[in-house]
Amino acid sequence: MPKKLKASEMNKCIGCFTCMNICSIVNKQNHSLSKSAIKVRTSGGMTGRFVAVVCIACKDPACMEACPSGALEKLPGGGVILKPEKCIGCRKCEKACIMQAVFFDEETNTPIICRHCGSCARFCPHQCLNMMEVSAE
Amino acid sequence: MIHEKYMRILYVDLNTGKIRISQREDLMPYLGGVGLASKLLEESMHPELDACHEDQPIIFAIGAGTWLFPVLTKTVAMFRSPLTNELGESYAGGRLAMTMLMAGYDAIVLVGKAPKPVYLQVSNNNVALKDARAMWGLNSEDTGRAIRERETGGGKRSIIRIGPAGENNVSFASVCVDSYRHFGRLGLGAVMGSKNLKAISVLGGRSMHITDTPKYFKVYQKIYKKCTSTDMMSKYHDAGTPINVEPLNASGGLPTLNMQSGRFDNVSDISGEAFAKKNLVRKLACTGCPVGCIHIGMYRREFDKGHEYEAISVSYDYELIFALGSFLGIKSSDEIIAIIDEVEETGMDAMSCGVCLGWATEAYSAGLINDEQTLVPLAFGDSHGYIEAIRYLAKGENRFYRDLGRGSQYVSSIYGGSEYAMHIAGNEMPGYHTGYGALVGAAVGARHSHLCNGGYSVDQSMKEFDEDVVVKKIFDEEFERCMTNSLIMCLFARKIYDRETILEALNSIGWDLKDDDLTEIGKRIYRTKLRIKKAYGFRQKAVKLPKRFFETPSMHGQLDEATTYRMIKKYSELTDALMAETDPLDQQLQNISAEQPVVVPGVKKAAGKGKNA
Repeated sequence: MPKKLKASEMNKCIGCFTCMNICSIVNKQNHSLSKSAIKVRTSGGMTGRFVAVVCIACKDPACMEACPSGALEKLPGGGVILKPEKCIGCRKCEKACIMQAVFFDEETNTPIICRHCGSCARFCPHQCLNMMEVSAE
Repeated sequence: MIHEKYMRILYVDLNTGKIRISQREDLMPYLGGVGLASKLLEESMHPELDACHEDQPIIFAIGAGTWLFPVLTKTVAMFRSPLTNELGESYAGGRLAMTMLMAGYDAIVLVGKAPKPVYLQVSNNNVALKDARAMWGLNSEDTGRAIRERETGGGKRSIIRIGPAGENNVSFASVCVDSYRHFGRLGLGAVMGSKNLKAISVLGGRSMHITDTPKYFKVYQKIYKKCTSTDMMSKYHDAGTPINVEPLNASGGLPTLNMQSGRFDNVSDISGEAFAKKNLVRKLACTGCPVGCIHIGMYRREFDKGHEYEAISVSYDYELIFALGSFLGIKSSDEIIAIIDEVEETGMDAMSCGVCLGWATEAYSAGLINDEQTLVPLAFGDSHGYIEAIRYLAKGENRFYRDLGRGSQYVSSIYGGSEYAMHIAGNEMPGYHTGYGALVGAAVGARHSHLCNGGYSVDQSMKEFDEDVVVKKIFDEEFERCMTNSLIMCLFARKIYDRETILEALNSIGWDLKDDDLTEIGKRIYRTKLRIKKAYGFRQKAVKLPKRFFETPSMHGQLDEATTYRMIKKYSELTDALMAETDPLDQQLQNISAEQPVVVPGVKKAAGKGKNA
């Protein structure tokens, strides 16, 4: 069965941002938080709770539906993968995601969407992020 | 700048709003962090002017490995300290270092004084001074909130700000960084206040490509593993630094009741376990640290009759529990949190504040100061009195509080009681009465902090006292930390980052350093700091320590005054010898300015080109 990233235990989060750092390093060979497909945020500064904004692996992805050029392809078990060569940079996917989990890379003019590789979960020091098995349909 | 062979400096003149950016190769031999900041301070300081004169600079710098490796999370600030009138050096964690890197600056140099209150906004595509008149007078929390709501970029942004104490020129006013971290010591808050600078917001969102991902990531993973899969850092996350309260008390090294004692009768109610059981609600980390040592404690305060409650939460650590707890005879963790909250909102260094109040309490009971001056009775154990006094202190309510706000050395020189005004060379003592290492270490240390050279740790690990060994150890540790503070490593990670690890890390991101280079860098930085201290008029051998250090037994028994001063003298001989050592770079580097860049033998290898010249 495919595995998908779930930010299931954010109550344990210490806000170290290692997940974002790792995502940028592994997927974009970059140190910028802006390149990460997962965003850990607080509401109300450091005194607020941490939340993770990241693709929740929709079975029926609105981002893919919104894409006019077929640059987003469905993954087994949910979520999408970007084919950058087909992307026109229209940002319709970004607007379509009601979880606000599609980010945009101004430098490459392409969306940043989690591909559920699990690198962030592997480096999360407090197991806030986990890879969970889901059905393939 | 990481991956480049120059340091990128942002200069801001607060008076005119003019900015200047300089990319300087000549600063590479200082590695970054405190090395870079020391050199920038030496270039721009004015020894003839008061610490709060508008021409005095404030320098913020990040390190050679900031954000790229775990626990390299600190930013250093350097300035002339209004408290000691000499070298001001203070470190803070939070998000600041990462955001400065991602905004594209190794260092920010601020000079001048804004005509009206402003805050500085720095991002990767803008630098601006913005109106902060309405924020003048606001406490630290409200200031943070106001800027947070005005500026975009949550998560990639750091907001540092002063409270009323900084505006009112309290010599030990602090700067709050991202709610829970601080540039605590030596009065950076007062220097910012003197420049009409209420806050700085740094937003870092640029792209930064990795030059050799496999090489770099291999080292990253190794260090990350050391941080998370070994027990090297676990104590800092578990109960945190307050775990030291009980063992220090048991050994007689916990300064209590203005250091009338090294043991506190009620220690079990203010111990690390007590806080963890009763108050701990959350743990947080600085950006880039997988450990998470920031402990948030909460207590329920009844602010009115009729079951009217509010939740008060603050970050707490060993030092705060000592300074605002045992030192003032405060008997419960709830009350300590209430006092910390007041110190936090007004924006003062917790240690200096607690130690000054300790002196005031004793001076008050000895009749040196009276109710007319203190406005509220001061007594050990009375948290309500202290909370009121803290408000008066931050406000500079009357002549007495304004004098108290200049530190324990100054205030005791006016009102008496200098034998129990517990400062070391003008900086209020840290929470370690552990022996000669702690006392001599802080007396000779560049910023008179326990963290200059870890003398307290030498005391705790030494079985048989040998003064020469102690002097040598704190001397070696001082310049070693000059080097590690150029990375800038959180000191909690000092066991993780041994020399081999440091070399592996830096060499994976483009440096070409060897073990000897690290020694030279440490010494070069220490010499720079010693030159600055000398210019400011500091002399190690002129330090006079309050009598009480020699009366109240330490962890190693009663300390002998003559031995202490002899050790300081021996240490000064070591620094004299260090200053006499020749660094071919010193002479050349001293005469370099930003406008006249001179090519110097670098320590960095330009990518693929061998040693740069």
